[in-house]
Amino acid sequence: MNIVCAGINHRTAPVEIRERFAVGSHELEETLGGLRSIDGLAGAVVLSTCNRVEFYTASVCPIRVMDGLRGFLERRSGGADTPLYTHDSPESVRHLFRVASGLDSMVLGETEILGQIKQAYAQAADLGATNRHLNKLFQHAFRVAKQVRSETRITRGATSVGSVAVDLAGKIFGDLSGRKIMILGAGETSERTARSLVSRGVRTVIVANRTFDRAARLASEIGGLAVHFENWQRVFDDVDILICSTAAPHPIVTRDKLIPLLRARGGRPLFIIDLAVPRDVEGTVNDLEDVYLYDIDSLEEIVRQSLDVRRSEVVRCERLINDHVRSFLGWMGSHAQFAP
Amino acid sequence: MNGYLLPAATFVFLVVFGRALYGLGAGSLRPGRLTLISMTLGFGLLTADLWIRGQALRGCPLNSLFDVLIFLSWSVVLIYLLIGPAYRLSLLGSFTSGLVLIVLLAAQLLPIRRAPAEPVSRDAWVEFHAALSLVAYGAFALAGLAGFMYLLQDRQLKQRKAGKLFYNLPPVTDLAVANARLVWLGFGLLTISFAAGIISGMPVNTVKFWTSLVIWFVYAGVLALRQFRSLAPRRVAVLSMAVFAAALLALPAIQYLSSPR
Repeated sequence: MNIVCAGINHRTAPVEIRERFAVGSHELEETLGGLRSIDGLAGAVVLSTCNRVEFYTASVCPIRVMDGLRGFLERRSGGADTPLYTHDSPESVRHLFRVASGLDSMVLGETEILGQIKQAYAQAADLGATNRHLNKLFQHAFRVAKQVRSETRITRGATSVGSVAVDLAGKIFGDLSGRKIMILGAGETSERTARSLVSRGVRTVIVANRTFDRAARLASEIGGLAVHFENWQRVFDDVDILICSTAAPHPIVTRDKLIPLLRARGGRPLFIIDLAVPRDVEGTVNDLEDVYLYDIDSLEEIVRQSLDVRRSEVVRCERLINDHVRSFLGWMGSHAQFAP
Repeated sequence: MNGYLLPAATFVFLVVFGRALYGLGAGSLRPGRLTLISMTLGFGLLTADLWIRGQALRGCPLNSLFDVLIFLSWSVVLIYLLIGPAYRLSLLGSFTSGLVLIVLLAAQLLPIRRAPAEPVSRDAWVEFHAALSLVAYGAFALAGLAGFMYLLQDRQLKQRKAGKLFYNLPPVTDLAVANARLVWLGFGLLTISFAAGIISGMPVNTVKFWTSLVIWFVYAGVLALRQFRSLAPRRVAVLSMAVFAAALLALPAIQYLSSPR
């Protein structure tokens, strides 16, 4: 028995092509039925996400199945030239283990793909499209992904400015529920960052913008409160996180303005995220006790550090995956018979 | 059997601390249940050693500087086991094992020895006072460790670098809270121990008494300033580390000056 994989992903095909192959849940049963009509194919799982469409099949005659898969996909794309990759065992097994571990993802080490694989497998199993070898393969893939995540740093750190802000807020405040954010300057990035923090339990959002209407609009969208820009210092007392992204040509938040505001806070930490260029916050503010200032460069530097750490872990991940590929092939060798 | 208990306990704490350092270097630091189990094992070995020593002395095993250091190590682990899992402060166990390891090694490697195991007759209140004082110092030790962890995390946040410890250390807010609560705990225990000392009628005009009183006042000052919000968490962290370190370093001198000659 062999495992055969065929598909396209974000590296081999642009979104215009990938979307033609995408398999929605409403057509999954029909697609799996079509695949199972391929001669020599004993079971199939369809993985369709925004970055990849892949078919994992079990077969005793891989060449015939690969040809069948190509034909099936060509019919699906209306005869267009398809940048399709195909893998036979052991490469197909390694490929699934790499995909499940996030090593083949657009953002290295992302974890969403594992949930998508679990869902794809569960749907195929529910429709009776899997066989013993595919069951074993996917269960093994879930174990590999779990081990890779827990024993390496492949998921370490945040990989976007918004998620870095959430990580940092977590490392300053711990639990974010009940915390209060102030947005100075209702820009797109500050809005996204605020939304990330709100999704993690931040309680209150205050929006101050030079154009009050814009502040009011954003405040109503994210369930916050709008204030006139010139009044931001008056409502600052309970703020835990300050997000700045105004278009001002000079710093809005200066050390001199902040010192009296900090006195009333009783040593509570203040996390300032300065997304503006030119910067809205004086750099020396970071020297004040209990104040943590991050500008756009320092946030992007942390993203780079996270990605560097993740890249440096790839070799360890591949080593773990190779061990599991050998182990799975060993099992395949001892259970080679064709079984439903 | 008795002679193996301390080396065995030292070895356990060495393994816990060594594992933490190795994990940190290799980027696979995973503090968790294994640390807690190992710390409990080390605590069991220290308890057994102190129990045997206590049986020989027919009293609280606090007859020499050596005894005091072992009892202090035991107190630090006791407080960790009582509050560590409750506070869920990641890495506190690893840091605690490092401190206990240093104290145990100091006791065993410095030219100090256990006094001969001759039964001593002491008032129960004096015994209670002495033992509780050291448990209070165990709480102060953990406060110092929480303060140290706070300063490390604060530094990483200020420097805007996600270093190796960044993801493993707890949030600064949690560390500041744990730091202050542990100082409160130590202060409360030390106050009760003072009360026990007064009830026992023991002589007050001693080096130990005045040193302890100074330490009590310093911690009282730290807590008062913290309570009235005029002392930032960073300063509480620095002070809790400095006061405990000073007390620990002064211990041999106090013990020497207090011992009968």
